[in-house]
Amino acid sequence: MSRATIAPDRRAEVAPAGRTGPRERARLSGDGLAGYLFLSPWIIGIVLLTLGPMVTSLYLSFTDYDLFNAPTWIGLENYQRMFTDARWLRSVQVTAIYVALAVPIKLAAALAVAMLLNSKRAGQGFYRAAFYGPSLIGGSVGVAIVWKMMFSDDSVVDQVLLKFGIDTGGWAGNPDFSLMMLVLLATWQLGAPMVIFLAGLKQVPRELYEAAEVDGAGRARRFWSITLPMISPVLFFNLLLETINAFQVFTSAYVVGGPNGQPAGSTLFYTIYLFDRGFGDYRMGYASAMAWMLLLGVGLVTVFLFRTARGWVFYSGDSGDKR
Amino acid sequence: MTLTLRRVAWHVGVLALLAIVLYPIVWVAAATFKPSEAIVGSLQLLPTDPTFANYERVFEGVVGVGVGRFFWNSAVLAVLSVVGTVASSALAGYAFARLRFRGRTALFAIMIATLLLPFHVLIIPQYVVFQNLDLIDTYVPLLAGKFLASEAFFVFLIVQFIRQLPRELDESAKIDGAGHWTVFWHIIVPLCRPALITTAIFTFIWSWNDFFGPLIYLSTPDKYPLPLALQLFIDESTGSDFGALMAMSMLALVPVILFFLFFQRFLVEGVSTSGLKG
Repeated sequence: MSRATIAPDRRAEVAPAGRTGPRERARLSGDGLAGYLFLSPWIIGIVLLTLGPMVTSLYLSFTDYDLFNAPTWIGLENYQRMFTDARWLRSVQVTAIYVALAVPIKLAAALAVAMLLNSKRAGQGFYRAAFYGPSLIGGSVGVAIVWKMMFSDDSVVDQVLLKFGIDTGGWAGNPDFSLMMLVLLATWQLGAPMVIFLAGLKQVPRELYEAAEVDGAGRARRFWSITLPMISPVLFFNLLLETINAFQVFTSAYVVGGPNGQPAGSTLFYTIYLFDRGFGDYRMGYASAMAWMLLLGVGLVTVFLFRTARGWVFYSGDSGDKR
Repeated sequence: MTLTLRRVAWHVGVLALLAIVLYPIVWVAAATFKPSEAIVGSLQLLPTDPTFANYERVFEGVVGVGVGRFFWNSAVLAVLSVVGTVASSALAGYAFARLRFRGRTALFAIMIATLLLPFHVLIIPQYVVFQNLDLIDTYVPLLAGKFLASEAFFVFLIVQFIRQLPRELDESAKIDGAGHWTVFWHIIVPLCRPALITTAIFTFIWSWNDFFGPLIYLSTPDKYPLPLALQLFIDESTGSDFGALMAMSMLALVPVILFFLFFQRFLVEGVSTSGLKG
């Protein structure tokens, strides 16, 4: 596919130089045509699959559209209706709680394991890979099914808790615990941020710790005053990535709670409700408006994170992260 | 002496933690050999009386479609996704990293912006477009983006990789009369292999695990990939045949686990250098 597109340009390049043809002019101003040819699949994609749909989706968000009849313009009605829609409010609440719990817990666990593994001992590569493994399958349907099974009534987690006298009746069916079960599923996938933390920890100069130890700084002090500031760029990067991802969790929630966020709406994530409105009820206008509110929400959180980052992310000369 | 002791303690601690993390995988592997009634209700990990009945029921298929068919569908989607993503991302990566043309900076900024764009903003209009083109219930909507370098992460990964290759290589080739295609194909692509392999592995796994795309676009069971077949299996068996459900989940996970065991070096390196998600 690509070969056919590119071949003519190659011939042009190999042709004898000296004349001021279009090729020569292109060469003077850079690699004009070649650049666009190499980029053509991406350009087609960005226009047809990203920018075009974004404009369309913004338009649809101001309409009533059921996929079969032409969209009718209703102005801001979709946006207004959200704030009186109990299920929408519920989905915002569920998603906010999930993000606020899953992101810090997962990052804290990832950092703890990374610090444990950050040593020159044998087998480090093996451990790193083994802890990373669950990140690859954690978002799949198969794992979500297994997770639900393990947390169901009378199953392994319930049995262990009963030994300690805690009776939850299974987390999967208990609205007070079902969201926590998904938080734990997110935490189980700590491998990806852990690997990034490890890369950051390796950059921290050892002399800093040695100097601090000479000055009598304890473990906690060294963590707060050296480790944390030194890895703050990596921490920020992980925080940003995990937050954006947490807003978009879908598969595990769908497998656990279905399109209605069972049990009792406790897993009605924003994305689940958006899917249900769009592809269950064919309220495409409303779902589009919801998608834009999600973009707005994620955007605001991102801006907020960048704002606070000025106060706690330090970029030092050579050990700082590029991002 | 104390050093040895500390080292042993460290290994014991890490292994204990690892045992907790990997327990669910061991648990499901064991559960597939237990009768449905024995999966819940007991803490016993290993089956008392191992049975293959769960796997046998899985191989009977779902709604008349054999499980081999679902595997085949998943494999077709994954392989085509890999081919499309690697080819289109490599082309785009070369253009962004090495070629000078009008608007490059602006286009690169757009590419970076799409990294952070929640895809939910795009799904409805994309669905409308594919519906108007009569392409619902085909693989085209699932693959189109792959051949059009829509996964900005990979383009970015390849751009970063090409940027750190010495420019003298392609410049000397150009002096010898090589065109852009020759430079790309004979110099950049071979040198980029680690980045391309990382792209391929992640694309394969993401495609294999993808649920949302097939859920929206596919409606005929014999076109379903494994994740959708699993969901169908839950709906069909009304959730009571735990044993077969565990066996089918396990079968869906095995290829990814094998992939991981073979390529773990590339995967872990890829994550630590580019921040890719699992």
